[in-house]
Amino acid sequence: MARAGRIYLGLVLVFLYAPIAVMAVMSLNDSQFYALPIKWSLRWYADLAGNQRLIDAGVNSIVVAVITTVIASVLGTAAALAFFRYKFRGKRLLQVLLFPPIAIPWLITGTAMLLFFFWTGIGRGLHAMVLGHVALALPYVIIVVSARLQAFDPDLEAAARSLGAGPWQVVRYVTLPFLAPGVIAAALFAFAVSFDQFVISYFLAVPGVSTLPVEIYTSIRKGFTPEINAISTIVIVASMALLVGVSRFYRFGGDR
Amino acid sequence: MAASNTALGGAVRTGSSARAIAVLTGPAYLWLTVTVLLPLLAMFYFSFLTEAPIAGRVGELTLEQYRTFLERGFYTTLILRSLKLGATVAFFCFLIGFPCAYILAKTIKGRWREALFLLVIIPFWSNALVRVFSWTMVLRGNGLLERAIDWVVPGAGSLGLMFTYSAVVIGLVHSYLPYMILTCYISLQAIDDDLIEAARSLGAGRITILRRLILPLALPGIVAGAVLIFVPVIGSFMEPRILGGRQGTFIGTIIEDQFTAVFNWPLGAALSFILLACVLVIFAMFAPVLKRAM
Repeated sequence: MARAGRIYLGLVLVFLYAPIAVMAVMSLNDSQFYALPIKWSLRWYADLAGNQRLIDAGVNSIVVAVITTVIASVLGTAAALAFFRYKFRGKRLLQVLLFPPIAIPWLITGTAMLLFFFWTGIGRGLHAMVLGHVALALPYVIIVVSARLQAFDPDLEAAARSLGAGPWQVVRYVTLPFLAPGVIAAALFAFAVSFDQFVISYFLAVPGVSTLPVEIYTSIRKGFTPEINAISTIVIVASMALLVGVSRFYRFGGDR
Repeated sequence: MAASNTALGGAVRTGSSARAIAVLTGPAYLWLTVTVLLPLLAMFYFSFLTEAPIAGRVGELTLEQYRTFLERGFYTTLILRSLKLGATVAFFCFLIGFPCAYILAKTIKGRWREALFLLVIIPFWSNALVRVFSWTMVLRGNGLLERAIDWVVPGAGSLGLMFTYSAVVIGLVHSYLPYMILTCYISLQAIDDDLIEAARSLGAGRITILRRLILPLALPGIVAGAVLIFVPVIGSFMEPRILGGRQGTFIGTIIEDQFTAVFNWPLGAALSFILLACVLVIFAMFAPVLKRAM
């Protein structure tokens, strides 16, 4: 029984990872037509260096993700602290309001942002993407930081104060060091949410200014080349590495 | 209460705490208002206009968009097609994911469980577009799957899976399976092993334990997983476009068309809103179970 279970689990993992592995292997295949046996080559990766569109999109992706990370981490941590420290009317409502960005299909949020930003003159482009990505990342930041705060003992702060620490010293030497792993996890998470975001970016991109996922999608629809395998492999490896980073500080799925 | 007199807030239940709350939560919620709530309201407004009030044009109030939806069977058919897709994907995720969650939660222990759980969850948070794209390598004609089958059974011929409804289902199940495993795992985790042991010692067989004990107790997790998969699937457009080809027309792709190809924003807004209404109805229906699962 236990053996059969392990085999089953193995098959599910194969299902989850095999397509990605196939893509990665094909990105190393010299043949444009995915001929077998594989002749190993890095030519598609070398070609990426000459693809200015993809390079620009890659830079845009990173710029948007970094700005999103900074804004979402600061705003989200502040909100999480307020939820942790204060009881106030409307708190429940504020917490419920975190769900729409996560729960409503991005197609709906994305098209709504497109028409609203266009209508109000905010426009499309990288700044609009940052606006949208922060909205998606905020709920996750608040959830991850709140999870860390659950384990915080306020007596620690009281102890620091009774030993003569001023308010800012308490924050600087007690609260923030304790919160740091939660904030780091939240920041990495925010970066991943932005870096991997396709739908919102797709609706807010303007021709010539897009991010990697949007550029990859456009290329797939135009009829893709093995170069797309190469850049996709880089993107997914980076994104998984980020998430492994998150998991060092935050347990997905709560306590185990 | 110790938390009431803390460094950041100062004295609580005075004017200064109200100000601290406003300063701490204000920016985040202002942001969400401008980027999510106002856009949704604007979309609701646009859905009642004859044309989008941009570039100097003036839209007049009308119910035309919603009438179009009701009068043309095309859109209703597409909504039903998307709902069916959502149900199919959620069902297969349950079928594959539940046993997986059970094995993780009840038969594997310690560090192995940590590692395997992480392996299952990581793909879910990673790049969705690339994961869907990777299936084209496997499913396309003369792709990996067909070659593998041909190798086992020479001359088996073409499966022709690429650009079909099945391809869309496979891609979406692959995308959302970890979600089901996660929610089922959390509720299975909460079932006390002693309870299962007690049932066994009282003579219950495996099937009885599963049917009378484990499934009912894990129900909140199963329902939560199904809802959280169903909702994004009915709004999907990228997966059907990449894997479905001509078979990949769903309400999501039609909405995308209104905004990026046809430029009939009011109709797109109306369709988006009808889809949102479906989503809200589903959340309302399952709210009690969802609350229990969270």
